[in-house]
Amino acid sequence: MTWEIVIGLETHTQLLTETKIFSGSSTRFGALPNTQANEVDLALPGSLPVMNRTAVDRAIRFGLAVGATVAPRSIFARKNYFYPDLPKNYQITQFEIPVVIGGSLSFFVGDQEKVVNLTRAHLEEDAGKSLHDDFEGPHGESSTGIDLNRAGTPLLEIVSEPEMRSAAEAVAYAKTLHSLVVWLGICDGNMQEGSFRIDANVSVRPVGQKEFGTRCEIKNVNSFRFLERAIQYEVRRQIELIEDGGTVVQETRLYDSDKDETRSMRSKEDAHDYRYFPDPDLPPLVIAQSWIDEIKQTMPELPAALRARFTKTYGLPAPEAAQLSSSRALAEYFEQVVQTLPEGQAKIAANWIMGEVSATLNREEKDITDCPVKAEALGSLLLRIIEGKISNKIARDVFAAMWTGEHDGNADAIIEAKGLTQINDAGAISAMIDSVLADNPAIVAEYKAGKQKAFNSLVGQIMKAAKGKANPQQVNDLLKSKLDT
Amino acid sequence: MSTSLHSFTSLASLQDALSKGTISATELAQDALAHAKTYGELNAFLHIDDELTLAQARQADQLRAKGQATTLTGVPIAHKDVFVTQGWRSTAGSKMLADYVSPFDATVVDKLLKAGCVSLGKLNCDEFAMGSGNEHSVFGPTLNPWDHSAVPGGSSGASAAVVAARLVMAATGTDTGGSVRQPAALCGVSGIKPTYGAVSRYGMIAYGSSLDQAGPLAASAEDLVDILDCMSGFDERDATSAEVCHGQPNKAGRIKAEFQQATEQFQLDTSKPLKGLRIGVPEEYFGEGLSSEVGACVLAAIAQFEALGATRVSVSLPNTKLSIPAYYVIAPAEASSNLARYDGVRYGHRSASYTDLADMTSKSRAEGFGAEVQRRILVGTYVLSHGYYDAYYLQAQRLRRMIAQDFQTALNGQCDVIMGPVTPSVAKPIGANESDPTADWLADIYTLSVNLAGLPGMSIPCGFALGQSGKKLPVGLQIIGNYFDEGKLLAIANQFQKVTDWHQQSARQSA
Repeated sequence: MTWEIVIGLETHTQLLTETKIFSGSSTRFGALPNTQANEVDLALPGSLPVMNRTAVDRAIRFGLAVGATVAPRSIFARKNYFYPDLPKNYQITQFEIPVVIGGSLSFFVGDQEKVVNLTRAHLEEDAGKSLHDDFEGPHGESSTGIDLNRAGTPLLEIVSEPEMRSAAEAVAYAKTLHSLVVWLGICDGNMQEGSFRIDANVSVRPVGQKEFGTRCEIKNVNSFRFLERAIQYEVRRQIELIEDGGTVVQETRLYDSDKDETRSMRSKEDAHDYRYFPDPDLPPLVIAQSWIDEIKQTMPELPAALRARFTKTYGLPAPEAAQLSSSRALAEYFEQVVQTLPEGQAKIAANWIMGEVSATLNREEKDITDCPVKAEALGSLLLRIIEGKISNKIARDVFAAMWTGEHDGNADAIIEAKGLTQINDAGAISAMIDSVLADNPAIVAEYKAGKQKAFNSLVGQIMKAAKGKANPQQVNDLLKSKLDT
Repeated sequence: MSTSLHSFTSLASLQDALSKGTISATELAQDALAHAKTYGELNAFLHIDDELTLAQARQADQLRAKGQATTLTGVPIAHKDVFVTQGWRSTAGSKMLADYVSPFDATVVDKLLKAGCVSLGKLNCDEFAMGSGNEHSVFGPTLNPWDHSAVPGGSSGASAAVVAARLVMAATGTDTGGSVRQPAALCGVSGIKPTYGAVSRYGMIAYGSSLDQAGPLAASAEDLVDILDCMSGFDERDATSAEVCHGQPNKAGRIKAEFQQATEQFQLDTSKPLKGLRIGVPEEYFGEGLSSEVGACVLAAIAQFEALGATRVSVSLPNTKLSIPAYYVIAPAEASSNLARYDGVRYGHRSASYTDLADMTSKSRAEGFGAEVQRRILVGTYVLSHGYYDAYYLQAQRLRRMIAQDFQTALNGQCDVIMGPVTPSVAKPIGANESDPTADWLADIYTLSVNLAGLPGMSIPCGFALGQSGKKLPVGLQIIGNYFDEGKLLAIANQFQKVTDWHQQSARQSA
């Protein structure tokens, strides 16, 4: 039997705000335990929550960016369950009417464009942290510590429809969503610090079957790589289970990255009855159209719009345009480079940024914002290629030197100092070719006998003689004409 | 000149003495502290701290010396123990919070303190304000100053008792289903529950958040004006507090101005000051269950209002009976969630021995909460549970809207205010309903609907009837107005109190 994989993602996005969603405490990460928790965060008797408008602003931005409906009136509800790091023993969240309804996200998986619809996005507060490991109580006894610094941090939980059909699609969705929230400036995107947390709902069904299979929710996936591996493991587990005559049980499973497996956390039977009801401490969240309009004015150009513009203005293929618009910084870098080049030369900028620049950044584990070769500098290097002053291959060596800061990263100075200027003099190139042909009669004979490989071998010899500086196009053309006449 | 608080028959006379300097806040406070201890058998005060009180009194005297005194500077008050206070413990009458001291003051406490009021301490109440006899306090019942074998009402029982015994000039209370009006009635004092949102709930230990509202108790309606005016106002820390009432910003001065405006209007015709006022009398408030003596007192009071020029009209509040099931679904539902925070993890009672986290929470709560609180948490948890939510909680919300609509039908067109009894009978003996814990719930029938509708309501003394021990016990008249009509209600009650003396009867002798 062939199986279809069905994946929906729930993403907890920590919103970038100075203070917590219902209190005035700071949201800064990494402070000493419980130093950023006031009476509201500690749920002291008599304390009350008050909505942080900046968190709502962030939610509206997200809603606008994904083409969703921003609810003119949404409701906060209490989700009741006991847990020591949940100070009120209920979480304030949105249940029946969320602030953002619908919308969609489009992205590329390879060359294929995929659109995934969103169910909703709702505002809620984060819980604190329980510290179980190696934590000692005041008398040295083994104990559980509670840090409430994170309690009350604003979250936007973004829920997708179950429309992804592979781990690769899920990862592409998650990456696109991640770059969007960072793009919008509503989340710092720091996955190590838990700013962007993904839960995956995974099920399988025989191809052609309409009904969904029983799903499992996988938690604790804190990187894109783990997301992919967790889904792959879970899919394998479910298919094997069914094929062995078993049935999938609806449950929450935890991904263990050390063992690369998911394991049961709690089954549906153990599921809490959360006893949701509207929070009487908070009036309905009313969002006037004027507020939405105000935010619209300050929205950045969105990735999708940018992608369309890159395709139209620069003639880039859609997947390349999508890759270049995956982050605001990258897109800005690209456009800055293009501006230094003559019209119609965007393609070389795109190739270089997605090729040499990205590869080096990845190798050095750097972000584009930390790229030592600034956009203008890269532009001046590319200009020399366009002018034919250096070859693409030589340019890579120059780029490497620019990266390490030789000659202050100045392309021309490096080319000059290393004597890398391309030889475009037809006479000089012709002389080099003649010399190589004279030295290699056997290879010439092979070529004449119809071996195409021999041509490349000769080009290699010529370039070697030219120390790589000969204009490769000219070498090609001249060699061909000499051999074929 | 006496330095005793009880020698002042009104807030105005005390204000006069304070402003003339014939008595100082410190002298008053010293005397009041001594009396509070003398009447310790009432079990009204849970925590008295002379130093804290005297520090506030000295502060009040300094304010006056600097010319910064308000009308409340130096006035001795006390707070129901559901308002959190720095310094004094804040227990909510519960073992759960028996040793709890708040790091901040409730907004109401803070406002009164800033105005110069001097707090004598914290007052006993039903545990987490759940109860109507002050019997559900882990610190024991407060006694009714008129008859020590009777309850003072609840949950703000001690707040009413200390005013009745003239141990304070005013006390704060909270009213979720009648907890200011009912003890005011049973102790023969005046008390008002303002419109939901008029007073900040910040720092009030929550019971039923959509119903809870703070209100003061004092001897007379006039005495309530300055206190309530000071307590009220929009608070950015309470998202349910109103920013605007009647088109005016909700801030100190609003209620007093409305009181004065209405009073001036009434004074235009000194013989018939209330001419034109239509009093709605709901038939449903005079049916089965109302004691004939209480009914007679209330009707006589309404007749007195007619003598002042008001006209009496019959109105109907057909869903009154449904307020009991609606309230006893909504309030416990909210309470079950509000009280979830008391788990022994961060503060409050923690069981001495437990096996794991769940056991710790479970044992701490079982030990820390009394029977009535546990009963309401169980009811509330049940009505919010999956499969019961629609049948109970949502249905109760529908009833709530119908009940509110009944009042609007009456108050928009038929009448200006509604009058009726506060309680079906006078104060019951302590322990009367021990074997039938929900019998008390039925006695809340006249007060619950006001909270469900969010309207202002008050109780003023209007007579006496014999209690079960044979002693005379006070009867209260309830006056209900439309949203944010507190100033008007107080002015109307004041007109009644100008020609009657029920409010001047003090339980001081009996106490």
